[in-house]
Amino acid sequence: MPDAAPERRPLASGSAVVCDQVTVRFVTERRTVTALQNVSVSLPHGAFLSLLGPSGCGKSTLLRVIADLIAPSAGSVSVLGGTATAARTRRDLGFVFQDAALLPWRTALQNVELPLEVGGGSARGARKSNPRELLNLVGLQGWENAYPHELSGGMRQRVSIARALVSRPRILLMDEPFGALDEITRDRLNEELLRIWQETGTTILFVTHSIYEATFLGQQVLVLAANPGRVREIVDVDLPPQRDLSMRETDRFMKQAAHLRAVLETC
Amino acid sequence: MAQVADKLDTGSPTAAEAAFRAARQRQIWRRRTLPLIGAGALLGIWALLVYGLEVPPFVAPSPQLVAQTLVSKFGLLMDNLLPTAIEAVCGFLLGNLAAIVIATVFVHKKSVEEAFFPMVVLINTIPVVAKAPILVLLMGNGMEPKIAIAALICFFPTLVNMVRGLESVNPQAMELMRVLSASKTEVFLKLRLYNSLPYLFSALKIASSTAVIGAIVGEWIGTTKGIGALIVQATYSFDSALLYATVIVGSCFSVSFFLLITLLERLVVRWNAPQVV
Repeated sequence: MPDAAPERRPLASGSAVVCDQVTVRFVTERRTVTALQNVSVSLPHGAFLSLLGPSGCGKSTLLRVIADLIAPSAGSVSVLGGTATAARTRRDLGFVFQDAALLPWRTALQNVELPLEVGGGSARGARKSNPRELLNLVGLQGWENAYPHELSGGMRQRVSIARALVSRPRILLMDEPFGALDEITRDRLNEELLRIWQETGTTILFVTHSIYEATFLGQQVLVLAANPGRVREIVDVDLPPQRDLSMRETDRFMKQAAHLRAVLETC
Repeated sequence: MAQVADKLDTGSPTAAEAAFRAARQRQIWRRRTLPLIGAGALLGIWALLVYGLEVPPFVAPSPQLVAQTLVSKFGLLMDNLLPTAIEAVCGFLLGNLAAIVIATVFVHKKSVEEAFFPMVVLINTIPVVAKAPILVLLMGNGMEPKIAIAALICFFPTLVNMVRGLESVNPQAMELMRVLSASKTEVFLKLRLYNSLPYLFSALKIASSTAVIGAIVGEWIGTTKGIGALIVQATYSFDSALLYATVIVGSCFSVSFFLLITLLERLVVRWNAPQVV
């Protein structure tokens, strides 16, 4: 597969991410686990895809394959027309981890600046956002010099989102980023994430095990089944792109969520 | 932001707040005075036993006699503290530096770690008193064997802790570094090294007191100068007051060294690091 030229403008056509028959097996002493089996999915530029499924269905594994953290045992992944490795070294990928993964010895601002300090000159110099502006974007003005232990769980996750955005990735991979937060914080961050998505035009893959979160955020929901992890269904979310929390009370939203629940129950 | 306002708003002190502050003040006073009372009580019991049972001065001195010796033989005590202090500090620096360097090599070359770590554990099981004569035979009667003993005694705990600190990095932070295409050096300098600092300091605090023990044990074997030598001399001449005074001087030095490292830790590790022992 040829590497894409360092093209900065979004491609007019084609897909941001294409997974073709991706299979991932983990071999342990006791047994071989098939985390993903023949998963094929294609994602257009600027899309917001929620990944939903029971635990052990390989949601996080799929995200890590796209992020070039795990090599697939079979099948291929194409990211922005090239390999996942090429996309990673070009800083086209941002990753938000479940537990924020902030470095405790760095302040909020220094954590956001980390991507600008590592990973070779050409990749980090090419595109960057102002770290302070990003902290404002995620609503943390005034907290630049706070250490992670001085921040709440929700604030830590905001910092990690700002960190993922600082090198202006074209694809943002989010691994259950709001899973450990209370519901009110989660709702607020969901709204903010939609706003950031609309402002930045980044393609987002969002892993969650909340049906409501998947429905509220995604334009599409990829439902995965477990043992082995495989695609159950790709559901188009029939809701307008401009969404706010009150939408979750509407019949249309409820119907959509009920449908997803029905699909999930067959997994 | 609402949160900022909450943080800055101290408000007017209510009765509950005043009560809380008073309770806190009492707590601080308790923490300061009770240890002093405890120390005073022990000194009292010591004095009572020595005077009451009429213990002869060559068996155990009274606290008063020890205090007198501390003052009258201050020059002698300090003369003997100096070589011990030099040996302990040099050994501390050498041993810990070697441990940090070797831990770094271990983390970068797994095969070296697998080849030599079992030997490290094995040598570490030999007690100091057994290592000391070997080193004196090898290095003669000067300061060198004492420094070597102090260094050895520091080396192993620091090596073990440092390897642990460099390796026990949050796996998601490691994934983050990979997503950022960080080089091995960057992972070391930006992640592993900082991660190891709390582990390193907990080892350094142990090493600060064991280095002094190492130097003293080294001086037991064939030296005329130093805290260890003075302990041996005082014991053989039944000068119990000098013996106690020497022990006190030695432990005061140990405690100061320990406090210095603790202070350094507070200056360096400013984030809320997990307590590692």
